[in-house]
Amino acid sequence: MKVWQCVVCGFIYNEAEGLPSEGIAPGTAWVDIPADWACPDCGVAKSDFEMVEI
Amino acid sequence: MNPIVVLGSGLAGYTLVRELRKLNGDIPITLVTRDSGDYYSKPTLSNAFAQKKEAANLVLTSARAMAEQQKFTLLSNTEVRAIRRDDKQLDTTSGAIEYENLVLAIGADPIRIPLQGDAEVFSVNDLSDYARFRDKLNGAKSVAIMGGGLIGCEFANDLALAGYKVSVIDPGPYPIASLLPEQAGRRLMEPLKDLGVTWHFGKAAERADATGQGYTLTLTDQSTVSADIVLSAVGLRPRTQLAKDAGLSVSRGISVDERLQSSDKSIFALGDCAEINGRTMPYVLPIMHAARALAKVLSGEVAKVTFPYMPVVVKTPAHPIAVLPVGRDAAGSWKVLEEGQGIKMGFFNPEGGMTGFALTGEYAKERSEMTARCTA
Repeated sequence: MKVWQCVVCGFIYNEAEGLPSEGIAPGTAWVDIPADWACPDCGVAKSDFEMVEI
Repeated sequence: MNPIVVLGSGLAGYTLVRELRKLNGDIPITLVTRDSGDYYSKPTLSNAFAQKKEAANLVLTSARAMAEQQKFTLLSNTEVRAIRRDDKQLDTTSGAIEYENLVLAIGADPIRIPLQGDAEVFSVNDLSDYARFRDKLNGAKSVAIMGGGLIGCEFANDLALAGYKVSVIDPGPYPIASLLPEQAGRRLMEPLKDLGVTWHFGKAAERADATGQGYTLTLTDQSTVSADIVLSAVGLRPRTQLAKDAGLSVSRGISVDERLQSSDKSIFALGDCAEINGRTMPYVLPIMHAARALAKVLSGEVAKVTFPYMPVVVKTPAHPIAVLPVGRDAAGSWKVLEEGQGIKMGFFNPEGGMTGFALTGEYAKERSEMTARCTA
């Protein structure tokens, strides 16, 4: 399970936790999130996220 | 053809470059910045300490890598002395630079409130400020924060989480009073107090005197607060001097219209330095929308920026908050919709339509639904 961070606002997406409030179940891998998904905090597209080590 | 010259390598400048490149692979771009130009996300500065991040860890992409990826000419560590509008030229410490179009994305300066005495007062407005502040925190145990607004509260949460004793001093009545209704703002007090934050509302710091390794601050009611470090977080003032000196129209920020165009048709402004149709909007979402519109305008498309409802997220993990603020003079009133481990409030206009909201604690995650419920 990996952790991704929005390069614009710092929002963190943790694959293990998912994002249940946005309809993304815990354990959802980054590749399985739709391409038109956008950061819930700042609205940048999926392609503008980067992976970070935490 | 002369390049589009972008001044500033913050979120506004780099977002614009990215959006421009999505539309146009060939248009020449030069980015001029007075710092290194390394890319980092500014909102993370008030959240990085508890994660034990050094300034260098916050750099997401080096300036050199950004220049390669986005194909622009980088002029880092370069100060702009003047804009020579008649020649469409910049006078800089790295020589003269000609532009086809110029974009001012030069940000804002932290507002500093005068404090008598001899304290070194920090503010954290960029990555090098963060590095200095972080250095100073090594060996310190307590921090006094001047300002209990959004940034002050984010820092309070971050530093308290990292084990510092934090005092927040603000002349206002409760946390984040410029954005939140009182019942919502007060919700933040208990969770942060449990983390070790002491609140001092209704007073300001008057003076700071060195005592031992830190300071004793005297507040306006003559009470005292002791702290090893003083951090100021009282707000931002758009950087307008360069534009003013060039004779551009300036109000609180650099005045631009819905095309982000200033009073000179070849000069545009974006981000914290800009005042778009009379409004300054120093948050991430408005910058993203403005950058997308400006990228279109600069690519020759007919475009103008429109702002949807843009909730502001307050990064206080002890008690998360999302707010869709309403203007000071908006007609209507706040109503409590639900209360539990937090509060859910809506702002309703006289016709009964919801035009703003404040969500704290367990309700903060409902911001998408609440935004959808708002009416124009």
